[in-house]
Amino acid sequence: MASITFREVEGSSPKFWMLFGALGLFVLFGALAWNTMHHYGHVVTGMDNQIVWGLPHVFAVFLIVAASGALNVASIASVFNKPMYKPLAPLSAILALALMLGGLLILVLDLGRSDRLIVAMTHFNFKSMFTWNVFLYSGFFALVGVYLWTMLDRTVKTYSKAAGTAAFIWRLTLTTGTGSLFGFLIARELYGTAMLAPMFIIMSFAYGLAIYLMVLAAAYAWTGRTLGDAVMMRLKSLLVVFVAAVLYFVVVQHLTNLYFAKYHAVETFILRDGGIFTFLFWVGHIALGCIAPLVILLSRLGKQRNWIMIACALVIAGGFAQMYVTIIGAQAFPLDMFPGLTEKSSFFDGEVNSYTPSMPELFLGLGGVAIALLVTTFAVKVLRLLPVTLDDETVAKLEH
Amino acid sequence: MSEQNKNSDNAVVSPERRRFISAATATAAGLTIAPGVMLYEVAHGRPEEQAASSAVRWGMMVDATKCATGCDDCVTACNTENGLTPVAESAHPRQAPQWIRKLELQDPLTQMETNLPMMCQHCAEPPCVDVCPTGASFKRADGLVLVNRHTCIGCRYCMMACPYKARSLVHESLNDTQKPDVPRGIGCVESCTFCVQKIDRGDGTTACVEACTASGHNALVFGDMNDPESEISKKLRELPTKQVRADLNLNLGVRYHGI
Amino acid sequence: MAVKLKQLLALGVVVLTTAALAWAGSDAQPKAKGAPQPVITKAVKGEQCVEPTEFMRRNHMDVLDGHRDKTVIEGIRTKKYSLKECINCHASEKTGSVAAAKDDFCISCHSYASVKIDCFECHSTKPKGSIAMHPLNAETAHLKHKLAANTRTTVSAEDMAGVAK
Repeated sequence: MASITFREVEGSSPKFWMLFGALGLFVLFGALAWNTMHHYGHVVTGMDNQIVWGLPHVFAVFLIVAASGALNVASIASVFNKPMYKPLAPLSAILALALMLGGLLILVLDLGRSDRLIVAMTHFNFKSMFTWNVFLYSGFFALVGVYLWTMLDRTVKTYSKAAGTAAFIWRLTLTTGTGSLFGFLIARELYGTAMLAPMFIIMSFAYGLAIYLMVLAAAYAWTGRTLGDAVMMRLKSLLVVFVAAVLYFVVVQHLTNLYFAKYHAVETFILRDGGIFTFLFWVGHIALGCIAPLVILLSRLGKQRNWIMIACALVIAGGFAQMYVTIIGAQAFPLDMFPGLTEKSSFFDGEVNSYTPSMPELFLGLGGVAIALLVTTFAVKVLRLLPVTLDDETVAKLEH
Repeated sequence: MSEQNKNSDNAVVSPERRRFISAATATAAGLTIAPGVMLYEVAHGRPEEQAASSAVRWGMMVDATKCATGCDDCVTACNTENGLTPVAESAHPRQAPQWIRKLELQDPLTQMETNLPMMCQHCAEPPCVDVCPTGASFKRADGLVLVNRHTCIGCRYCMMACPYKARSLVHESLNDTQKPDVPRGIGCVESCTFCVQKIDRGDGTTACVEACTASGHNALVFGDMNDPESEISKKLRELPTKQVRADLNLNLGVRYHGI
Repeated sequence: MAVKLKQLLALGVVVLTTAALAWAGSDAQPKAKGAPQPVITKAVKGEQCVEPTEFMRRNHMDVLDGHRDKTVIEGIRTKKYSLKECINCHASEKTGSVAAAKDDFCISCHSYASVKIDCFECHSTKPKGSIAMHPLNAETAHLKHKLAANTRTTVSAEDMAGVAK
């Protein structure tokens, strides 16, 4: 088996610093957004007592789900012993850490009392899925950190498989936990189902891989390193399987709900009458997020690098649309306290709740994305995460 | 000399006022027979050093057949007692906390209309307590479901979990408009407390129930559901009542008649 | 060179401090030792706190912490160590509050020690009813000479340093 040379990216060109600066600017905006929300309270956001989780949660949950998915490439290399994926593993791990960091920052900075984070770290209610997630997130950082270390330090290389396996099992548990944040809620029709845990896992595969592919291609294109088609085609095929699986789960979930009369109202809302949510579901999630990428990747277009990138971008955009519908759409539909009766009150009972995200929420979310990318950009500059070349010849040697 | 000093001078010179004040104090605290010894005559008054006990389960019965259309005396009383800004006066009505609200129901088929107040149902198995990451959302021994604002981090997971939309987040600073007995503040989640400050004082009732009784509607009854001799227990034995979303099997502290 | 720099720095500090004091309307600030001292107004009613002053200065936060959990979680509403009782006694006669003005009891020390206090984001800073209407106030109205005397003490910097420790 041929050995692969990893090297830091130079990171001294004006282009690199521009990227760094632009991301830094968004991080700064995010910090300002948090400061505004913290100073005035959630009154400056579009969230209210009807839509209690808004855009920040869409960003946060998306990033957390994508983070565990981004680790997949590394898992395939060490857990499933695919040598071709070995050179791709370090970037996979750092991206997982960075995305997780971005998502978590959004989540904690959106708290009503974000100054009391220490309380969340010292008071635990073990019946809460949230508490379990706190441990799952911390464990993820620790395990993926160790895993990354075993990949970068030759002296501990022998532990790589063990660390990778542990991280892989942990990440499956973590996404189960993220899905169960919603799955363990009895109040709303669209939540409260075990379906959400496996569905979030398969979504994490798709979103994480799409982000990974884009970051990988960008890193190689911008540093002038060679990224051969062999790698791209292999990862592309993997993405096809994941996206198709997402589509399968979504179809099964809605078909099941449609069979139950008690879910008819909420399904009608999401699938037909929900305005923005219906649009985001059909156009955003299904058409652009699942069907279009499948068509692109399975057709001849899928052989072109640019089209693969477009497909990845669509999967990511579709993922955002899906999170928006899953998190906000479910809250927009009124709680059904008295089935069969219409409800009216000063507290907006029985009404479809509208939600308009505010600037601070948007910038808090974008700030989290920017932090994730900034950490990745910085990491590839200071750590040996990227192979100097991934041309087809080098990759082919790995397989034999 | 300041206004306060003038007032306190008044308090000294006017025996009438002084009598009024001490009478008010005595009523609030129970009957003083000797220094430090109190007789607690009021229903379920307990000594202030005694913790709330699980021998008691506070509950409310709502008789929807007596709840008057258009009457919101219970809501007004709640706002006054707990220091909430009425939603109509709020600059941000969608973000304004509401602890109790009047719900108007209608059967689209039969046109039958029902009126009732909706608030925290003080479940025996409260989903908000289950999901709270820090344990800030908790059930007190006597059945009250409360928020410990010292440990609430404002994550709103309880609001996602509540099937009754009973909880609100305080979205903006309250600028010292709180009642001394009812601390509540920005960034924390809150909901109906069954007027815990009144219960601990020994009033044995809540502001909304007092208001409903005062208006002559008598749609609300409050008391100890564990005490077979209490008014609420007797009523619950007499009248058929239902729990809202009984399918969830949360064992509610609020029972409705006529729904 | 270094000496000059130090002088310049010292001058800057003096100018900034003076400006800050002037801006803050420092006429009420006692000016001993050049830094503003916390103003501690003697409680309007009662001769003695529930614990010796020295103890309370150092430990009020701990006893309040312990008491609040008992009150909120168990419903034990004893008066000793209750924040409400602190406020009942220590609310300023001028503002009727412990934290409305910068000289009010809680704020005065806390801003001096620059320790953030978030009690009053939720708790009212005022006693129930106006300060004069407060029933306990009527009982202790014989202490009105204190109100007239406007008793104020300042705490020395050493005291505060001890508390901070």
